[in-house]
Amino acid sequence: MDEAGAPADRRQGQKSSRGKGNYKPKGRLVDPAAMAEIRQILGTTPPRRDLLIESLHGIQDHFHHLSARHLAALADWMRLPMAEVWEVASFYDHFDLVREGETPPPACTVRICTSLSCMMAGGEALLETLQAQAGEHVRFVAAPCIGACDKAPAAAIGHQLVAPATHDALATVTETRPVETPPEARLFDDYCETGGYRVLRELLDGARTRDEALDILDGAALRGLGGAGFPTGRKWRIVGGQPGPRLMAVNGDEGEPGTFKDRLYLSTDPHRMVEGILIAAHVVGVERCFIYMRDEYPEIIALLHRELDKVRAAGLSDHVEIELRRGAGAYICGEESAMIESIEGKRGLPRHRPPYVAEVGIFGRPTLVNNVETLHWIRDILENGADWFNDQGRDGHPGPRSYSVSGRVARPGVVIAPAGSTVEELIERCGGMVEGHVFKGYLPGGASGGILPADKADIPLDFGGRLAEEGCFVGSHAVVVLSDQDNMWDAALNLMKFFAHESCGQCTPCRNGTEKAVAMMGADTPDTDLLGELAVAMADASICGLGQAASNPLVSVMRHFPEDIEAKRS
Amino acid sequence: MNKHNGDSGANGVTFTLDGREIEARDGETIWQAAARHGTDIPHLCYRDSDGYRADGNCRACMVEIEGERVLAASCIRTPTDGMVVNSDNHRAKNARKMVMELLVADQPPRATSHDPDSELWRYAESQQLDVARFPAKPAVAPDDSHPAIAVNMDACIQCNLCVRACREVQVNDVIGLAGRGADARIVFDFDDDMGASTCVGCGECVQACPTGALMPKTLLDSDQALAITPDRQVDSVCPYCGVGCQLTFSVKDETIVAVSGRQGPANQSRLCVKGRYGFDYIHNPERLTTPLIRRDDVPKSASMPFDPANPLTHFREASWEEALDLAAGRLADVRDTHGAAAMAGFGSAKGTNEEAYLVQKLVRTGFRTNNVDHCTRLCHASSVAALLENIGSGAVTASFAECRNAEAIIVIGANPTVNHPVAATFIKNAAKSGTRLYVLDPRGQHLDRYATASLRFTPGSDVAMLNAMINVIITEGLYDSAYVETQTEGFEDLKARTAHTTPEAMAPICGIEPEVLREVARGYATAGSAMIFWGMGISQHTHGTDNSRCLISLALLTGNVGRAGTGLHPLRGQNNVQGASDAGLIPMFFPDYKPVTDAETRARYADFWGAELDPERGLTVVEITEAAYDGDIKAMYIMGENPAMSDPDQAHARAALANLDILVVQDIFMTETAAFADVILPASAFPEKDGTVTNTDRRVQMGRQAVNPPGDARQDWWIIQELARRMGLDWAYTHPRDIFGEMRMVMPSLTGITWQRLLDEGAVTYPCADETSPGREVIFGDGFPTESGRGRMTPADVLPPDETPDADFPIVLTTGRLLEHWHTGSMTRRSGVLDAIEPEPEVHMAPETLQSLQVEAGALVRVVTRRGEIELAARIDPKLPSGLIFVPFCFYEAPANYLTNPALDPYGKIPELKFAAARIEVPAAAE
Repeated sequence: MDEAGAPADRRQGQKSSRGKGNYKPKGRLVDPAAMAEIRQILGTTPPRRDLLIESLHGIQDHFHHLSARHLAALADWMRLPMAEVWEVASFYDHFDLVREGETPPPACTVRICTSLSCMMAGGEALLETLQAQAGEHVRFVAAPCIGACDKAPAAAIGHQLVAPATHDALATVTETRPVETPPEARLFDDYCETGGYRVLRELLDGARTRDEALDILDGAALRGLGGAGFPTGRKWRIVGGQPGPRLMAVNGDEGEPGTFKDRLYLSTDPHRMVEGILIAAHVVGVERCFIYMRDEYPEIIALLHRELDKVRAAGLSDHVEIELRRGAGAYICGEESAMIESIEGKRGLPRHRPPYVAEVGIFGRPTLVNNVETLHWIRDILENGADWFNDQGRDGHPGPRSYSVSGRVARPGVVIAPAGSTVEELIERCGGMVEGHVFKGYLPGGASGGILPADKADIPLDFGGRLAEEGCFVGSHAVVVLSDQDNMWDAALNLMKFFAHESCGQCTPCRNGTEKAVAMMGADTPDTDLLGELAVAMADASICGLGQAASNPLVSVMRHFPEDIEAKRS
Repeated sequence: MNKHNGDSGANGVTFTLDGREIEARDGETIWQAAARHGTDIPHLCYRDSDGYRADGNCRACMVEIEGERVLAASCIRTPTDGMVVNSDNHRAKNARKMVMELLVADQPPRATSHDPDSELWRYAESQQLDVARFPAKPAVAPDDSHPAIAVNMDACIQCNLCVRACREVQVNDVIGLAGRGADARIVFDFDDDMGASTCVGCGECVQACPTGALMPKTLLDSDQALAITPDRQVDSVCPYCGVGCQLTFSVKDETIVAVSGRQGPANQSRLCVKGRYGFDYIHNPERLTTPLIRRDDVPKSASMPFDPANPLTHFREASWEEALDLAAGRLADVRDTHGAAAMAGFGSAKGTNEEAYLVQKLVRTGFRTNNVDHCTRLCHASSVAALLENIGSGAVTASFAECRNAEAIIVIGANPTVNHPVAATFIKNAAKSGTRLYVLDPRGQHLDRYATASLRFTPGSDVAMLNAMINVIITEGLYDSAYVETQTEGFEDLKARTAHTTPEAMAPICGIEPEVLREVARGYATAGSAMIFWGMGISQHTHGTDNSRCLISLALLTGNVGRAGTGLHPLRGQNNVQGASDAGLIPMFFPDYKPVTDAETRARYADFWGAELDPERGLTVVEITEAAYDGDIKAMYIMGENPAMSDPDQAHARAALANLDILVVQDIFMTETAAFADVILPASAFPEKDGTVTNTDRRVQMGRQAVNPPGDARQDWWIIQELARRMGLDWAYTHPRDIFGEMRMVMPSLTGITWQRLLDEGAVTYPCADETSPGREVIFGDGFPTESGRGRMTPADVLPPDETPDADFPIVLTTGRLLEHWHTGSMTRRSGVLDAIEPEPEVHMAPETLQSLQVEAGALVRVVTRRGEIELAARIDPKLPSGLIFVPFCFYEAPANYLTNPALDPYGKIPELKFAAARIEVPAAAE
């Protein structure tokens, strides 16, 4: 019997496979050192799926980029597929993904706004100059609207606003600066001393009933001031009528180019919004509320963290758990269902309707979504009554509105004016046109609301009405004024580039449509017939408002300013 | 409601589509209702197939709904009563055509595209679109890194069907859609090359892709253009594991060129890497194509060098006539000279039911012995022993797909994502939709990511851990007392025997904290419905039967048998191990588990077969090997098995084979076993034959011949019959259907299951009342086929493994499979794709183990046990605890079974392949 031979003898004669193996499982191995690092950085943050973006922020803040080894460790710790971590991280502008062998970006990033108002103020030229001069410790990148259009051109060092930005101020930057508190902010004690949280307390005490509050809101002409204009009282009743548990999200992802009113309200009087949240949560019966603040407003995020702690300490928010969530650089997350996805820690892809978020929102639960400014008005309305609010409007246009006015006006800023104000009136409130500029046209509602010529300056700027008949909308009430020194086709191209950059990429008409439109609009002889066909399909077939409205400026310019297209051709 | 179609559900709605009033069933979308009524709305990102969620992103299926501002995606929108939908008006058609034009703009030209017949191009053509007016984006370079899958993202339309295929259907979680806007792109892991990613090659994404961006490499030329169009398609069943996936072979010029998943009840069109890309083994040049007879000048020896690609160093070619005469003549000689007890035969769980039946019939009536067995002995023999003992049936009590109805699932001693990949997808689907999943295994595994809890217990301590859970369930009163009282027996004994096995007492043995043991016990016991899945980690132990007894007791205690979402499911290994066992390919039973020792049964079979039958139980696999070693067994016939690789203590097993007077091997390759043969009969591979197989669910399925066997290789049933005839049996089967017909006459389990029905329906599960009834997925809701009609709970005592680690052999060696390699590797190592993915034998070990050896991954190490030693590369694997190493047994270069322990479970006679004491040495030559 022969069984004593050495193993080599027992091998058969086939070719050796030695040296071809994998020697590890498929894919990336988790580096234990990277795991230890992220565990330390994330501290007590639990490995919950909805906290993925917050965790990514934690790592990005610490290392100024997201390396593959840290992301692999994060995926393992959170028990998430690597692909899910990567697709989320790569969706948002404020994350810098660095694979093995790639060079991380400099620790300091300066973002320069190139959206329309800032472009008109020289943002693009400033960016180009600074990029050409940049050393190894700083990088200068283009950014979409950062909500300081009244101080154009705007820039941010890290995320700390510098506006107006000058070459000299930015050329010497070497490192990120700490976030500054808004100096004019009215803080908790001051707010309480001037009657703040009295309405809330009355509701919590039972001195006022939920029904009374709802009745007042029904009578007030308060509408969704993020841009959709849905009557607030009706929304509260709809969500309140859904089975619990009900949730709430506050849309603080102000990003519509030309819009900066929420920033103003939050940096001056943040507790009005907070009281609005607490009232809404009580009236609608909300258990948990997420405040989704855009990452471009770090001073407000810091302020809210501090002030919310005071509110909690005062026992005013025992009826609702409030979480502050940080966006990460994606305009689309201002779309309410995309925001909900982002709150759940995912890419900001708008959802299909139906179902509406009032029925199926965060974590599949009925969800009340209100904009910052909408909530800002709640206390005043309940305190002073519906008439007080409505009377601040004018015939057929009840209530006040906060118009963000920027562009070629002498004194850009937020103008609180009666609903239905016209651009003529707003220009006047802003001190007229900049000297040497002649009013030529305007954006009545940010990037997506279309563009109108100066001869339509008498249209009341409100939801629906004549503005809608012109194919335009008022949206977030961002009015950008253009002059004889601006080519409208350039403006439309700037806006289309913005949409192409901000398209979530989910649906074909928007993803491919905006990309093709940018390529065609930049051509020497744009095919306006095909662009017109494309615009119809984008408006008809896109999933959400971004794609549906992305071609509005393009169509407007083709209709009202054909000579500006001709001018580009020559 | 006007039910003009007569098929609308009670909750159906009526709506108007293109001027015609139609009904939608409850939950049906506009697209589905339209399709059912004959309107084919173009669609790309929607896949009309089970498990695929509509996503509505491509916008190719837009329709107009009157009263709505914008168009709607028909694939994701459900109609409401009275809704008026237009799919064929100008607005809807324009939008759809513009969407297609936007997509076509960035495609490679159709003529040179990866798939000119893709859904994208077919729908483009139907809309008269060939070229687009838009400027094209720069094309993306191909990714050539995966052995099986061509990745050409220049054709990608970001429809994310591949993401849903990977994440939601198969839950392999490799593919994502990264970036934003026009930069949105499909990525593998962190935007890695597919071949460098965690991709497991299941190909679900390829099957789902509507554009040809993901294609089987076999169909493309070097320019990534479609080169091969199959000339026929044949529906069959996968030849690998026990899941029993239905598939379709695509054939071109007598060669299988591609495989796609078919809508079978077990797999719902899903496949794994083996089923989809492991088909080329049948065309391997090493296929046996002519009968071979051992050369007189080359004697057998256990340590002979041998190259299976060049068998003529040891064998000479022969005619079928000569080979069959020699084989049958010498087998008969031994029988007549030394008696039937010197004879033995192994059949195969890789053959068909008909072949298994014929092999056992040949051995019982031709060899006149019950010494017939097959590899079930090495996989679930102990599970079957325990199941027969306690619930009277060795098969599963519920199909694996029942897990979708379970509130809790225990997976123990099994690694289904590797060994039963498609079954694992359904477990993952269930876990993702909220089912509590408990994974109990010493090694970590992919399922852990979805698990409520993962218990990495000490190897070999199964009984201690399970007894602790039983103790918790009894002491906390979590058992189903009504069920226990009316449906079971043995409760008091079980209670008494587990009274001392508290979590605190068992924790030091099994290495799991008492609170965790309690949590899992409660989680299982309090679920409204719960299933238990187990694998070789339970069965391949000297206490394998005890392990299974504990699992059976858990299920009976909690009443988790016989209802939807409940059951006991030993995941069967080979594609036909259930069927081969049913067909009597085991030494103690005639077909349908009728004991050979029962005189009445024996008389019936003797009468039916017209032969005198051996009244004694035969020997099992390992016992036969032992008897051959000792010279008691002198003649063997081995059909499609490879004991020289699969048996424990391989040096010993090979010596046993070398010791035989006559060994006849029937196989498709020159296996390690065939090297010891006197006569080799070239057989047919599964895709070359017609026949039925029975999967792990008791599902009998029809396999169909796709291509002819190569050269002079023959059908297995024909070869067995020719041997039988030459040994004096008067068999006259003309086709497998004749054999199946005979089986139905003696196997009540095949009631209601005719050959024709299987041809028509593809699959029927037994038990099945009659030819018009569906089979029963869940059984034993109405009692058990035991004498008392009750299920028995048999207590098990905590025993150590046969060989515990000591100073000389301080670590535990466990063995098993790799995803890509099947059993002994005779098929998969000869598949180009599978061997490219896992080409080299490696010992898997924890990072700490590598550290303690002071070697890097890839270094050559030597694994030594009391039986032998092998040299192979070290693989780093964080899923292994330190103190445990794993060696796959499919590599002839470093056969794991040189190392394994042949000690047997006393009931199932299964060897302890999952536990051996070992040590690792670093050879001097290595760094």
